[in-house]
Amino acid sequence: MKNLQINSKFVPLLITIGLFLALFAAGSVSYEGFFSMQVVLNLLVDNAFLIIVGLSQALVIILGGIDLSCGALIALSSMVAAYSLSHLNLHPALAVLAVLIVCSAFGFVQGWLITYRKFQPFIATLCGMFVARGLCFMINQDTVPITDPFFVTMATTRIKLIPGAAISTSVIIALVIVALYIYIAHFTKFGRAVYAIGGNEQSARLMGLPVDRTKVLAYTLSGFTSGLAGIVFCFYMLSAYGLNAMALEMDAIAAAVIGGTLMTGGVGFVIGSVFGVMIEGIMQTLITFQGDLNSWWTRIAVAFLLCVFIVVQRVLVLKREAKKRIRPVEFIA
Amino acid sequence: MGTENVLVRMDGICKEFPGVKALDNVDFTLRHGEIHAVCGENGAGKSTLIKVLTGVEHNESGKIYLDGVAISPKTPMEAPALGISTVYQEVNLCPNLSVAENIFIGREPIRNGKIDWKEVNKRSEIALAKLNLKLDVSGRLDEYSVAIQQMVAIARALDISAKVLVLDEPTSSLNKIEVANLFRIMRKLKSEGMGIIFITHFLEQVYEISDQITILRNGQLVGQFETAKLDRLQLIAKMIGKDLAEFEKTIKEDVRDAGAAANEDAFYQARNLGQQGSINPFDIKIGKGEVMGLAGLLGSGRTESARVIFGIDEPDSGETEVDNKKVEIKTPADAIRLGFAFCSENRKTEGIVANLTIRENIILALQGKRGMGAYLSHKEQEEIAEKYVKLLNIITPSIEQLVGNLSGGNQQKVLLARWLATEAELLILDEPTRGIDIGAKAEVQKLVLQLAADGKAVLLISSELDEMVRCCSRMAVYKDKQKIGELKGAEISEINVMKTIAGGQK
Amino acid sequence: MESRKKMDKRLIDNQLFWPLFALAVLLVFDFFYLKGFFQIEIVEGHLYGSLIDIVNRATPLMFMSIGMTLVIASGGIDISVGSVLAISGAITAIMIGGDLVFVDGVQHHVAHYPMAVAILVALVAAVVGGLWNGLLIAKLGVNAMVGTLILLVAGRGIAQLIVDGNVITVYYEPFFYIGSGFFLGLPFSIYLVAAFLALIMWLVKKTAFGLFLEALGSNRVSSRFTGLNVQKIMWACYAISGLCAGIAGIIVASEVKSADANNAGLFIELDAILSVVLGGNSMAGGRFSVIGSVIGALVVQTLTTTIYAVGVPPEVTMVVKALVVIVIYLIQSQMGMKTLKTPAASAGEGALKAGEAKS
Repeated sequence: MKNLQINSKFVPLLITIGLFLALFAAGSVSYEGFFSMQVVLNLLVDNAFLIIVGLSQALVIILGGIDLSCGALIALSSMVAAYSLSHLNLHPALAVLAVLIVCSAFGFVQGWLITYRKFQPFIATLCGMFVARGLCFMINQDTVPITDPFFVTMATTRIKLIPGAAISTSVIIALVIVALYIYIAHFTKFGRAVYAIGGNEQSARLMGLPVDRTKVLAYTLSGFTSGLAGIVFCFYMLSAYGLNAMALEMDAIAAAVIGGTLMTGGVGFVIGSVFGVMIEGIMQTLITFQGDLNSWWTRIAVAFLLCVFIVVQRVLVLKREAKKRIRPVEFIA
Repeated sequence: MGTENVLVRMDGICKEFPGVKALDNVDFTLRHGEIHAVCGENGAGKSTLIKVLTGVEHNESGKIYLDGVAISPKTPMEAPALGISTVYQEVNLCPNLSVAENIFIGREPIRNGKIDWKEVNKRSEIALAKLNLKLDVSGRLDEYSVAIQQMVAIARALDISAKVLVLDEPTSSLNKIEVANLFRIMRKLKSEGMGIIFITHFLEQVYEISDQITILRNGQLVGQFETAKLDRLQLIAKMIGKDLAEFEKTIKEDVRDAGAAANEDAFYQARNLGQQGSINPFDIKIGKGEVMGLAGLLGSGRTESARVIFGIDEPDSGETEVDNKKVEIKTPADAIRLGFAFCSENRKTEGIVANLTIRENIILALQGKRGMGAYLSHKEQEEIAEKYVKLLNIITPSIEQLVGNLSGGNQQKVLLARWLATEAELLILDEPTRGIDIGAKAEVQKLVLQLAADGKAVLLISSELDEMVRCCSRMAVYKDKQKIGELKGAEISEINVMKTIAGGQK
Repeated sequence: MESRKKMDKRLIDNQLFWPLFALAVLLVFDFFYLKGFFQIEIVEGHLYGSLIDIVNRATPLMFMSIGMTLVIASGGIDISVGSVLAISGAITAIMIGGDLVFVDGVQHHVAHYPMAVAILVALVAAVVGGLWNGLLIAKLGVNAMVGTLILLVAGRGIAQLIVDGNVITVYYEPFFYIGSGFFLGLPFSIYLVAAFLALIMWLVKKTAFGLFLEALGSNRVSSRFTGLNVQKIMWACYAISGLCAGIAGIIVASEVKSADANNAGLFIELDAILSVVLGGNSMAGGRFSVIGSVIGALVVQTLTTTIYAVGVPPEVTMVVKALVVIVIYLIQSQMGMKTLKTPAASAGEGALKAGEAKS
């Protein structure tokens, strides 16, 4: 009984992982050269920044909110980095710092508006997205290349795992952040407060949790993480442009949902987003391998998957509600 | 009883909301090892008093002392830290977290920079064992019954080392056994020297458990009394500030009339009606002009029966007849079309629409029955609303007032008006008098009898047995999701209902 | 009676005051800082001028904001409208297209399919999109943001599929009349909006739809228990929202004489939501004002036009839009907090704080 219960918590996550494996198996059977370590690793290499924002998106959704600004913040990050490096001739470390400060400030203001001025998370981060995109163009309207040696080194360095399979530094960064997020979500008071608030904000407040502080911090963290993702994005693109990472927030939300995070808040695992991103990536890869399909099929496929997941989740929840089983309790005299 | 024994003293507390004096110079004293009931009608100020004590609201004047030290909790977070913990009727925990986490959230033991989950679980089990409970603390909270969730809330409060435990209507959704359990624990805590403030609408429970009673009315202190020295009638009289005897008399006379008027002309009849998991198949017949009662403990299946009859939960077995014609009822809309009405026990969440006006709330069901196209004109709407506001004595400055701004009793009346406006033939009233003040209660009970006298069929559910006995001409008794018997006429008495429940086979 | 009338009026004033105020502020600014902003000329019997231009350009957004208002009032949201717009535009463009033919030696462009058929197909597709959203949200109970997210993501892919990844140019002239023609001196699309708005106002005020929608948006469970067909009403909202997006798609396609699956209606869902918010509607659902949203749409467009006219780089529009929304939202919430602080309301708030301790 006990094992069964604990397992049920992990079911959505297991389904996601299972689906990933199934897609990989299907690709391996259908296409030559698909079954390779590098194909899997490339999923990480190409989507490192998406994995990072997927994590913060999951945490914000678990909080009961949403962050639509992450794509725009990635664009702004790359623009701030490029500007700091090429115009201000800042040291790369300072450029990175500037990016993180700007993005954290964005997150903080959004969190403040949501928490203390009762903005809908949707509206506040929507405004944040507009402002961030606008700022990009105010800095520069064209594509700005990033030529800083440090950035170039980070972008081009490949770390060989096994012969014929390598990862980029971005992947290392992403994996470190994954570990950090698992720690934050499951082993810190802040992380548990996020779950509590997502479950029932009023209760969390009455239980004496620092609800307001947690909310502001979660959005600030989301901004900060978007900044990190933006830097990783720079390592990937080596250029900045105001329309970069367009609609990425939708991919991040999709990743979180496919990863088993419930949009209603309170339920989910941040690690799920990683597999969500991997699934989105592998579908893209499948379509590339197929060759004669247009790239917009990826969008339709992602949407289809999103749809299946949402509907299945919903049906599972409905079923659970329908036969609401009350667990047994022993009274000791 | 010396002053050194005083745990909490509240002196001259005043709290004003714009236009309303919620608390006017109220004193309150709680001693160690005392269970102290706070009684009063709606709007008496009980909740506000508790909120001031627990830091949810702030008093404008007056002082609070805990163990002789002046305190002024500013937020709901400060009070528990001071030793004042509150458990609310609607459990204020997080349903999505585990039981253990609910007990320890915000205070998790940290080891090596990480939350020590093993320790959390272990200590939770110990905390629950103190309440004589043993359960899987890693299970999600919402997998347990409300009673257990409440116990978890108490375990949390105790673990924060509460000196004062405030129980705000903890028994509203508990069944008898659960209440008994709760009381056992309350007595245990009392014997350990804790002071417990107990708010409830159930007078019997006040007498069963409390040592002292503080009575409030309209924000003012009526007095503090020793429970043993205050009889029920006195208590009620002090709560409502008038003589109740007259109400009782008129109601009793009406009962006899209604009982006589009841006949066997069945309006609604169901055979084998049921829904797996929620209610076992049952037969029921409701005649025109009678008040049929569904009696039983909470969770016995009485509300579930009502929901199946009204089509909220689609029945998966049985057949129904209305006016001797076979019908199928799968949704509330089906039921309403056949002349049914349903006042839910959850007035706020399933009854009124708080953001709409009284007028809109009253015509809503009627309009729903007429459909989208046949929109009542503004004038017709006003006429209907005005009529029922007058008829039911709904107290409001205007029919354009938002229903959310009304008192509980008036909200209930608006809800009744909504269904009366549809000229329903069968009214299903689930706890129509719960949480409303005694005056409004009597009016609603009178209305129920009046409806039956006018030839309507009424299905009444109430957890107050005396109310059921007073109003019903027949009664179906439920136990463990099953109908176990029926009482009628002279058989109907509190003791017979209890005997039926006690003796009924599963 | 008298006091009630006054209260009714105050309610309306409350809801429409801020959007009108915002619009007025913008127009006053334009009056002082932009030369000839209020000038309206008559050229070839058509009225020209910045004001006319604003209204004309705002028509797609006004359509979207009407649909969005209903969806938001029902307690939901529809973020797929931009994609639906793209699909509708793509269908219209590809079905009309324009083949070059010579009639009596004169060049003519004729439509592939009759224009009416093309428009009908586009609108049906848009409504189907709305119904799909309704299926997920009303029937299956999926969260509205998530439910419409699916079509948002898929929609552009589908639109791309329809146009096979190309920008489709339309050559058939009668089609242009919808987006850029004039009727009795005014742009034709203004009449379309007016007619549609009248239809929706009739639906909302003269049938019980408005009441049902407000009840549903305020308390879904109660509404169901009151016998309202909650699903049908929600379904209707999403279908209307789809229809609005469809009409907007046709207008946009007609205006720019082409369909661009990638960029048509990009971010317009956000503008539509902003219009609704600016119109004084609560994102939480319940009470709503369609007129408010239409004014909101005008505010958004006036803002855009003003920024262009002032000579600030167009990209700044986004920043200013966002900041204006933040400011107006702040003012609204400030005002809302004050006006709501009646005793009963604050007592209610207290009860909420205590977790609805009393039933």
